[in-house]
Amino acid sequence: MANSTSTGEVLVRFENGKRANEALRWSLFQLNKGFRISIAIIGFLFLWEAAPRLGLVNTTFLPPLTEVLQAWWRLLLSGDLADHTIASLTRSVGGFLLAIAVSIPIGLAIGWWKPVAQYLNPLLELFRNTAALAILPVFILLLGLGETSKIAIVFYACAFPLLLNTISGVRNVDPLLIKSARSMGLSSLSLFRKVILPASVPTIFVGIRQAGASSILVLVAAEMVGAKSGLGYLIQYTQFSFQIPEMYAGIISISVIGLIINYLLVLVEKKLTAWKQTYSE
Amino acid sequence: MTAKISIQNVQKAFRIKRNLGHLKEVLQPISALQDINLDVKQGEFMVIVGPSGCGKSTLLDLLAGLTKPNSGQILLDGKAITGPNLDRGIVFQQYALFPWKTALANVEFGLETKGVGRKERKQIAQEYINLVGLAGFEHRYPHELSGGMKQRVAIARSLAYDPEVLLMDEPFAALDAQTRETLQSELLRIWETTKKTIIFITHGIEEAVYLGQRVAVMTSRPGRIKEVIDVPFEARTSEEDLRSNPEFVKIRHQIWDLLKDEVHRAQEQEKDKTLKANSAKSNVKGVASDG
Repeated sequence: MANSTSTGEVLVRFENGKRANEALRWSLFQLNKGFRISIAIIGFLFLWEAAPRLGLVNTTFLPPLTEVLQAWWRLLLSGDLADHTIASLTRSVGGFLLAIAVSIPIGLAIGWWKPVAQYLNPLLELFRNTAALAILPVFILLLGLGETSKIAIVFYACAFPLLLNTISGVRNVDPLLIKSARSMGLSSLSLFRKVILPASVPTIFVGIRQAGASSILVLVAAEMVGAKSGLGYLIQYTQFSFQIPEMYAGIISISVIGLIINYLLVLVEKKLTAWKQTYSE
Repeated sequence: MTAKISIQNVQKAFRIKRNLGHLKEVLQPISALQDINLDVKQGEFMVIVGPSGCGKSTLLDLLAGLTKPNSGQILLDGKAITGPNLDRGIVFQQYALFPWKTALANVEFGLETKGVGRKERKQIAQEYINLVGLAGFEHRYPHELSGGMKQRVAIARSLAYDPEVLLMDEPFAALDAQTRETLQSELLRIWETTKKTIIFITHGIEEAVYLGQRVAVMTSRPGRIKEVIDVPFEARTSEEDLRSNPEFVKIRHQIWDLLKDEVHRAQEQEKDKTLKANSAKSNVKGVASDG
């Protein structure tokens, strides 16, 4: 999450003619920035390595980083890690994409049709503020322990932030822009396509990022409750069988995946909302 | 010569929601415009000046076809205005540029709606970008432009699809004084180049006298046309400072005389409204009738 704001600074427009000069400045800037954003993480990892070795914490419960990484490597070589990761990603990406496919069109429709939004908003707020995990038992009861309930819970967790952000994106389009477009005689359909849609993209993306984060969050918890595969299951299982380094390896995998997903979403967001960027010289 | 735009006995009233509570909204009709009659000639620069809240912007919305009058009609080339159309272009005070489009793409927007082909569109847009003096800035996004430049883009956008009439709603009110003066003389230059009919709304008397061939003075709410004053200057774009011309000063004073009671009344109305809004908040039933 921390890099979501700083990546904005990276986007530097190349103007013709100044290319070489800009590139040099850009790489210097990158180097400096790379140091600034990684120093805290390096410190943290160093502390993780040192604390168990110096006897500050119990090595059994918090093995040094290098041991965890070795365990991670073993898991990778055995293919277990890949299996679990694929299982998890299929579920979370599946639920996430499903939520995008369903929520955004519905959100656009609801937002566009103002009275509907007024009536539905309280209900949607209620759903959104019901923690997805709280109703996980309901999903398991209704859909069983298989993949369907996992994907459904991810879908549920993703759908509401997406829906609400899409609705508010559409509803909060600057009325002046609508007026201006209408004064040029745009039909409702092209008004929607050419004005409402692009104007609400930034807000919709806030929802997409929230959904992306919660897709992983919810899934891992769901996998801990009832699953025979997946990274959440791996963490739970290794804890029960006291394979502590493996457990940490699972945790690290999850945070890295979370970071990568967030980074990718930020990247897409920057692409689509380049016009919103403010310059940082 | 027949009128390009003819506003005939136009009336417009609003129903104002007095309470923002959900069920107890009291709808009150408020007369915004009353009995407006005004003819604007082909190629004329007509300025409408009036105190704030007198319904100037309502009149502009009617001209744009965004709303319909309660009675009376507005004719463009003898035909009643039924809705928004590309035969009229509007420039708003707050620019209303699409922030996700570059300056050039913004100017192309109306042409796109008109169905002009991609290549031709680009070429026309570039022409108008040049006309408003923004060559070199066509690929900037609105947030990368200053207020004055944004307004230039907005003017270019409205001119690009070649409307019959250009409607301007206090276009320079949000700009600083120097930028405003520059844009005023630029606008006169553009007007002389394009020979468009312009209806320009403002609350600035000086601006009105400087720009308008005729100035229509409006009353406070309900808005009516109090008087239409001729501003008989030739060659406005000449180098001499028109603003210190004794004739200019005289006309400015004349308009000020016409306006000052209206401004005073408008301010009283505003105070009244604020008081009522406050009392309405504390006492839902006690909504007094207006005026």
